[in-house]
Amino acid sequence: MSAAHRHAVDSNSPSVRLGPIAQQVAKAAFAVAGIALAISVIIAVAGLFGTTAKGAFKSWMVAFLYVLSICLGALFFTMIQHAVRAGWSVTVRRIAESIAANLLWLWVLFLPVFILVLIDRGGVLFPWLKPEYMATDAIIQHKMAYLNKGFFLLRAVFFFAVWAGFAWFFWSSSVRQDESGDVALTHRMQRLAPLGLLAFALTLTFAAFDWAMSLEPHWFSTIFGVYFFAVSCCGFGASMCIALWFLGRRGKLLNEVTSEHMQDVGKFLFGFGIVFHAYIGFSQFMLIWYANIPEETGWYLARTLGPWKPFMWALLICHFAVPFLLLISRHAKRNRTFIAAVAVFLLVVQFLDIYLLVMPAISGADLASAVSYPALAARAASGDLDLGFHPGLIDLTCVLGALSLLVGLTARRLGQVPLVPVRDPRLPEALAFENM
Amino acid sequence: MEDTGTDARKTPMSSTLTSTELRTSGATAGTPAALWGLMAEFDSPAAIMEAAKQTHGDGYRWFDCHVPFPVHGLDRAMGIRPTILPILVFLGGLTGFGAGIVLQWFTNASAFDFWALVGVRGYPFLISGKPAISGPAWIPVIFELTILLSALGAAGWMLLLNGLPRLYHPTLRHPKFARATDDRFFLVIEARDPRFTRAKTEAFMRSLSPLSIETLED
Repeated sequence: MSAAHRHAVDSNSPSVRLGPIAQQVAKAAFAVAGIALAISVIIAVAGLFGTTAKGAFKSWMVAFLYVLSICLGALFFTMIQHAVRAGWSVTVRRIAESIAANLLWLWVLFLPVFILVLIDRGGVLFPWLKPEYMATDAIIQHKMAYLNKGFFLLRAVFFFAVWAGFAWFFWSSSVRQDESGDVALTHRMQRLAPLGLLAFALTLTFAAFDWAMSLEPHWFSTIFGVYFFAVSCCGFGASMCIALWFLGRRGKLLNEVTSEHMQDVGKFLFGFGIVFHAYIGFSQFMLIWYANIPEETGWYLARTLGPWKPFMWALLICHFAVPFLLLISRHAKRNRTFIAAVAVFLLVVQFLDIYLLVMPAISGADLASAVSYPALAARAASGDLDLGFHPGLIDLTCVLGALSLLVGLTARRLGQVPLVPVRDPRLPEALAFENM
Repeated sequence: MEDTGTDARKTPMSSTLTSTELRTSGATAGTPAALWGLMAEFDSPAAIMEAAKQTHGDGYRWFDCHVPFPVHGLDRAMGIRPTILPILVFLGGLTGFGAGIVLQWFTNASAFDFWALVGVRGYPFLISGKPAISGPAWIPVIFELTILLSALGAAGWMLLLNGLPRLYHPTLRHPKFARATDDRFFLVIEARDPRFTRAKTEAFMRSLSPLSIETLED
């Protein structure tokens, strides 16, 4: 509105070019990734600290789902902006596109699991792939139309194909527009975005079922996919805040991304990543708690008994109560440094969140032989019950390695293009954006 | 905003009239009406933005802008302080949160009577084996009451702080003012502003180079 707003961005201006920073970040990140992943492999192969194959693969699953959630959140953000023809977000969209573009190679991180299942050793991670279960367990036998090796692998290929396809489409169209300024590219992205969102919802839901929920194949929850979606939004929103803070510190995007944009990115993180996440998490918990049906409660028993109990409380307090109060004010959302600090905290808590999805487990035999809740709780308290609580260094090295890889490759990708889509037709709208 | 009824609004003539006569008289009856304010007319958002900045800079506080669509940055140009509405909404939410707990504790987990127009009695009742005080079961009601009182608080306080509902406003009587919902931007300085004097304010308004300056009467 006022004359102070610029209406265009020079694609060669140093404020929208990462320049040498891209290589610096990438180098440091790859070094950390190399060391962390090497340590992880050594711990896993040598079986240090009592690490079992199952433990190592579960740690890797946590790390994989952690980076996957961030990338899927970025893909969702990119597509929803096109679907609603948003103007404000143009100046931050390139960062989302570049994070989502990691879905082009993320299948590599899934290869260990894929190969494990392919060579018929999937039972290490997924109980439903153990031959003895398949032969004797009636529930699993009924689920074998879906939970079987061939279909599982086929689905994994399909999910990655869909994600890579859409991530590539939105990334490459946007980058091509930097050169041509062709408005037709925007129209095509807008046309495809709703279709992409539909495919995204279905693939994310079933991927969450396959890779996290089926770790305990007796249990089921129809809202599980939505929960993983909320996790993704939190991971991406926090990553975006940290990226914008880092770029701002290096003098990038300071005029293109103002406190107005920070406030809206903050709203996304607050609304989807904190409030919606808690809402979905509680919805899942309350229905199971209230109905109190044995076939549903096992999953929560494993998570609320013995050593896991304080972590579930920590999740409630650190993923909802604290960040909710910290970010509810608009002043908090408009402060780049403050929101980035909260985002770092949230990314740490997100690790706990995914850890609690993957790690806790209770055996069917233990559940079946339990006579009462107090008796089961007493067994858990005395340490007599294996609830899958085996935290170790490998949990941290795996996630650190995977996350560093993500940061390094994102930085390198971003180094090749302007940090904003310089010829997007809605760029002037984004530059002039004000909340009120 | 409270109508403080400062002296600038009253003419010596009207102060001698009884309240009944005041109501029945008016501009049509030949009585000189009270001067309510001066209104400057502009034809662009940029013009009113600049005018608002200067009016605030000149020290005027009782003034307002009437524009056909939201003009971003106008609040800041007018020097309007941020609203306290968010804090009131938050307190409304806290009230709902507390009310949800108290309501369910009294109805589900207490057994005493009290009289509130009718006799009321807490009535503990065993529902599917849940304890009388059971957090998860209470959350939905607490959540909904938090939302309800936040929302009602937001709407209610917004109306109250704006002095609404208000069925009459002196600007509405001016024939030119209809274009405030179409293509004109009006800046009104009220006579109750301590800096307001008819001559000086009119001269100041002229310096803003508006399309026209109108007199508003109450």
